[in-house]
Amino acid sequence: MTQINADDVSHVAKLANLGLTDTEIKKFTPQLTKIIDYISELSEVDPKDVEPTSQTTGLTDVLRMDEVSSEQALTQDESLSGTDATHNGYFKVPAILSERTGK
Amino acid sequence: MKLPVTMMKTPLTIKETQKGLLEKEFSAVELVDSYLSEIKKKDKGLNAFMTVTEDEAYKKAKYIDNSILKADFFESHSLFGAVVAYKDLFLTKGVRTTAGSRVLSSYVPAYSGTVVKKMEVAGAIMIGKTNCDAWAHGASGENSDYGPTKNPWNKEYVPGGSSSGSAVAVSAGMSLISVGTDTGGSVRQPANFCGVVGLKPTYGAISRYGVIAMASSLDTVGSFGHSIEDVETIFNTIKGEDGRDATVRNFQASSSKSQTNSKSKITIGVAKEYFAGGLDKEVENNINEAIKIYKKIGIDVKEISLPHTKYTVPVYYIVMSGEVSSNLGRFDGIRYGNGRDTFGAEAKRRIMLGTYVLSAGYYDAFYLKAQKVRSKIIEDFDNAFSQIDAIISPVFPTPPFKIGEKSDDPLQMYLADVYTAGANLAGIPGLSVPFEFSKKGPPMGFQLLGPRFSENILFDIGKKFHKEVGYVPSIAK
Repeated sequence: MTQINADDVSHVAKLANLGLTDTEIKKFTPQLTKIIDYISELSEVDPKDVEPTSQTTGLTDVLRMDEVSSEQALTQDESLSGTDATHNGYFKVPAILSERTGK
Repeated sequence: MKLPVTMMKTPLTIKETQKGLLEKEFSAVELVDSYLSEIKKKDKGLNAFMTVTEDEAYKKAKYIDNSILKADFFESHSLFGAVVAYKDLFLTKGVRTTAGSRVLSSYVPAYSGTVVKKMEVAGAIMIGKTNCDAWAHGASGENSDYGPTKNPWNKEYVPGGSSSGSAVAVSAGMSLISVGTDTGGSVRQPANFCGVVGLKPTYGAISRYGVIAMASSLDTVGSFGHSIEDVETIFNTIKGEDGRDATVRNFQASSSKSQTNSKSKITIGVAKEYFAGGLDKEVENNINEAIKIYKKIGIDVKEISLPHTKYTVPVYYIVMSGEVSSNLGRFDGIRYGNGRDTFGAEAKRRIMLGTYVLSAGYYDAFYLKAQKVRSKIIEDFDNAFSQIDAIISPVFPTPPFKIGEKSDDPLQMYLADVYTAGANLAGIPGLSVPFEFSKKGPPMGFQLLGPRFSENILFDIGKKFHKEVGYVPSIAK
């Protein structure tokens, strides 16, 4: 049985930038334990000499010309149309640096 | 004689629709009247639509009515007059697109995706956007942040998911055709429970540009209709390279063994692992019935083996959730949409599972291992297709079930993807073929799986079945 505790769930939630409530952590811990225990069944197979599959098209190095066309571009207004949090034609974002205090 | 709108019986296929329009039995505006009145009558109880685009539909219908008699119009417009509903995962310029999630409750896209544009150009009339499991996460239609969609054959039952509203819209006669997405079964499962035809195409056959991504190595754009011919018409309209999805290549039909060698018969494979356990008796009987019918019309049926079947669900949930956690990482509530606290429970579970399997110390044991076993699953299919043209398989391990019956146990729902997710892992096409009604009421069918780019063969084998049983589509009252 894979052991997943509430601390593991909090840690993963932090990595995924999900702010979970205590109630959610309580609910998700046993559910994720059960799911992870189930997917751990994979430990019983050990395919040798097998390349991992990341896609199924068989295509490699698909290239296109690096061209800009107005048809493929959005105007500034269109780009900003998804949010009300704008300032002088820019997106407003949460601050990641704080002002120096003192010294 | 022209019937008044309320009495008009809407046609069930694209061909009938176009014939009616060309022969002036009805106009495109009258068609729109009729579908809108069905939506008004039924959708309160079914919850299939997120948005009904009445104004856009009338505008397009008038354009169709005005252009229809111009020379060549209908020849160059494969879908003219066909009323279509899009899963709310498809970006539609100026029309709200939610992905079934509260994160995008007020998101209005600034552009339309390739499939929407191609259908628009082909003359389809958009009637609305359909409800779905949020971010396409689900097999039952119960995970939408906007309430579950109901099965139109019996509202106590789930319609299947995640393209629940798209299947229901067609099944209940609220749209002629519809479009959805299939990442692990999300077109085939609701088609199966709603009694409509559903196609999951070859990975890379249709562009996903402008479709909200779930798991990028698995996502495909699928379609629903009342007949295999209609799904084929949609597929032929929307397939092909657009320069905006690097996984897409132009369709090169593979020919079946019977087409290559006119002497050999079509051979269908039955995977013994699919009947090994966990399959409901009623579903098993239904498949056996279908196999009997195929044998009757002279198709060879052969037992095959897909030895890695038992790892399908673990591999799928590792690969899919890893990609989900990455794709949903972009939703930060800054440029559009609400903050990450507005994700629903299922999205949070999958983001966390995906983050876990990709995180330091677990990557090799889970993600890398899953990618390797994925190669073995593909090898199984390749070996099978060296002996047969297609596989006949259940779509869902049980008959349709009641809303709420399985929603408390996420793992139980995940296990239900065993027959569908393999096709996504291998990138192969699958066609969900409606057949019978379950004892409890709602419908049940089967699916045909074929090698990459074998859609034409699946259409052919599916049509042979419908022809033999004299299949007539019906609309859920």
